[in-house]
Amino acid sequence: MAGELNLCRERLEGALPRKVEEISGQNPYACYQCGKCSAGCLFADHMDVLPNQVIRLVQLGDEGVAAFRAPWVCAACLACAVRCPRGVDIGKVMEALRVLALRRGLTPAPLNLGERYPQIALVGAFRKFTP
Amino acid sequence: MKRVAYFPGCALKDQARGYEAGAKKALEVLGYELVELSRWNCCGTVYALAQDDLVRHLGPVRNLVRTQEMGLDQLVTLCAMCYGTLRRSQRFVEEDEERLSRIRAFMDEEQEYAGGVKVLHLLNLLRDEIGFEPLESKVTRPLEGLKVGAYYGCMLLRPRDVGVDDPDRPEVMERVLGALGATPVLFPERTECCGAYLTVARPDVVQARSERILASAKSSGADVVVTSCPLCQFNLENRRPAWAAGLPVVYLGEVLAWALVQGATVPEEIQARIGKPAEVKA
Ligand code: SF4
Ligand code: SF4
Repeated sequence: MAGELNLCRERLEGALPRKVEEISGQNPYACYQCGKCSAGCLFADHMDVLPNQVIRLVQLGDEGVAAFRAPWVCAACLACAVRCPRGVDIGKVMEALRVLALRRGLTPAPLNLGERYPQIALVGAFRKFTP
Repeated sequence: MKRVAYFPGCALKDQARGYEAGAKKALEVLGYELVELSRWNCCGTVYALAQDDLVRHLGPVRNLVRTQEMGLDQLVTLCAMCYGTLRRSQRFVEEDEERLSRIRAFMDEEQEYAGGVKVLHLLNLLRDEIGFEPLESKVTRPLEGLKVGAYYGCMLLRPRDVGVDDPDRPEVMERVLGALGATPVLFPERTECCGAYLTVARPDVVQARSERILASAKSSGADVVVTSCPLCQFNLENRRPAWAAGLPVVYLGEVLAWALVQGATVPEEIQARIGKPAEVKA
């Protein structure tokens, strides 16, 4: 994360939070940073920023959030979504960030295709990791 | 025999064939015939969480149209992922008139989707239509002595408004297993994610998850783990540590067949635990 905290209006009212809200249907400003989503996320150990931090970066309009690995480690399990006391479906916010990255031509780390998988795994992965 | 429309999905025709065969025969014993859609397409496996991309819902809606063409208004799935995807898409397109009309306009070569097809999971059928007592009365080989850990995973339970049961304290699978004479064992990881499609991107992460889930089931005393999700089954069977070799992960339909279907093949290690083969109850 950036060293300085820039709270200027252009960022708070900027493109990123609005875009995320449009794609996810979730208001990022509903989150009050309690951290419950991160506490219960089984994949947080493998993330570079925690789910609540992802939301915070979106609130701050930090475009740098697109470069983090967290949305690609999120398994869309929705454990966070059923627990958030503010009713934020963080799973949908994670999806919005994946979709935004893919639409902008950013690609996640390559898939591990050297193994035999059932269709259900491949279709699922292709739908999440390709535009 | 009551006829209900059935959507198999890819896995039930491939690695989960035993699930389909078992569930079909067990449901026949219970008076239900699963009538496969004459033509069906992939549900997409994962529900599209982005709400500005309607095209992702076309696949699921086409399957709802197929159901409507049969003159039926319920569509049953066995796979937990198909259930989640079809049920959520159905709700998503129907809750907004504009979405529904755009979908209709896009697929104008199809019969117009009228709305209102109810997507059910096998567990809904067992609990809400058949009932636990009638289920118990049809058991010919009670699974006495078999300790079964029901593994729900994600898609049967979340989000709350489409889940088949309470996302924190589900009991429907345990009730079914109890009706079959088995001893359900609760284990802490029973509602936690296995990593799903991350198996293709991050096998290491899924391996860690599988290990946690199986360790949790084993330390709670389970002899066998039951699931209705073919992706969970793949991950738990293929990304498991060596110590878990003796803990099979089987499908709900197979377990139903062991208890309800005369002559169903029961794997040896299970057979050894439930004692003598098929005894017909008087
Ligand atoms: S649980 Fe909800 S309110 Fe709490 S930090 Fe996460 S998103 Fe924000
Ligand atoms: S949906 Fe993603 S962020 Fe939320 S708990 Fe699951 S893996 Fe973590």
